[in-house]
Amino acid sequence: MKTWQCVVCGFIYDEAKGIPEDGIPAATRWEDIPADWSCPDCGVAKADFEMVETGETVA
Amino acid sequence: MEPAIDADPIVIVGSGLAGYTLARELRKLDARVQLTILSRDEGSFYSKPMLSNALASAKTAAQIASASAEQMATQLNARIVTAAEVEAIDTTRRILHTGGKTIRYAKLVLALGADPIALPLEGDAAHEVMQINDLAAYARFREAILGKKTVALLGAGLIGCEFANDLLAAGYGVHLIDPAARPLGRLLPEAAAEQVQRALEAAGVRWHLGTTARAVSRVASELRVDLADGSALAADVVLAAIGLRSRTLLAQRAGLKTNRGIVTDRMLQTSAAHVYALGDCAEVDGQILPYVMPIMQAARALAKTLAGAPTPVVYSAMPVVVKTPAIPVVVCLPPAVSGAWKVRRDACGIEARFEDESGKLMGYALVGAAAERKQALTKLLLPVLA
Repeated sequence: MKTWQCVVCGFIYDEAKGIPEDGIPAATRWEDIPADWSCPDCGVAKADFEMVETGETVA
Repeated sequence: MEPAIDADPIVIVGSGLAGYTLARELRKLDARVQLTILSRDEGSFYSKPMLSNALASAKTAAQIASASAEQMATQLNARIVTAAEVEAIDTTRRILHTGGKTIRYAKLVLALGADPIALPLEGDAAHEVMQINDLAAYARFREAILGKKTVALLGAGLIGCEFANDLLAAGYGVHLIDPAARPLGRLLPEAAAEQVQRALEAAGVRWHLGTTARAVSRVASELRVDLADGSALAADVVLAAIGLRSRTLLAQRAGLKTNRGIVTDRMLQTSAAHVYALGDCAEVDGQILPYVMPIMQAARALAKTLAGAPTPVVYSAMPVVVKTPAIPVVVCLPPAVSGAWKVRRDACGIEARFEDESGKLMGYALVGAAAERKQALTKLLLPVLA
């Protein structure tokens, strides 16, 4: 499981946790999130996210 | 000089979040149009919201900058001119003047940003009060607090509270001074603001509410801040986060219509043909919204317009997340309509709903674990600018 960070606002998407309140269950891999998804904090597009480290989930 | 023609570039003045986001969105729609970006500083791309929560994670200015001007130029297939101050715009001939040179434009976008508001302060160290409005200022602040213990913050709004929390998490003592009776007073109803105040106090904030800083003086290695209520406090560094004022001077001198910001319509067009404004400098249909989400939405609309498909900006309901880990806060400001806050307190914190006279939800504020209800509540809201 990896974590991804929004380059604009710093929001972190953690694959292990998902975003259940946004309809993305825990353990959803980044590549399985729809392309039209956007950052819940700032609205940046999925394509503009970046991966944080290559390591395991931070939690 | 020949008059400008449409083969001239689209010129964006400003390399902040607004300018670079527009460039990125425009490139998704048009890979070929010529694009020039003028930057006052070194033109690196960075996440501005991160500046107020980067200390605790020990991020340096260099680490926050995710791409240099050169990398951005390659990524965006754009010409990026750094250290370029635009002195004047001639909207009739479609040229701008910078550093003794002229640049022609087919379309011009002003993404100038905003200046931090400075408090008029007395005292021999008033000039030492710091502000953080860009990456270079953040770097200076990091250097100033190195090995120091206490920071006095002027302003308990969104940015002030975020910095306070970040400084506490990094081990600093924090004084927070604000003329209002509560922190986040302009964003939150009383009960919610009180909860934030108590949580930040428990985390270590020393509050000085209902008063303002009057003077800042140097006493040996420390700064002394005198408050209007007669009290005084000592700090190593004083940081002001009072608020922002749109940069309008360049537009004003060029004869564009300005008010609190550069006045634009829903197309982000200013009073001059071929000139647009975006981000913290723009007053769009009467509103200045200096947050990330409105910038993203406006940049997407303007990118379409510049790519040949005129598109008015639509603002959906836009929640603002206050990055205070000690006490999560999300607020979706209600528009200026008559109504009332309905506050519910439970084990998860506070859920405040702003309802208009017919009982329709117009905005909300969530404090504590209740902040998780953000998505659910946002879905119930109508767009701000439909």
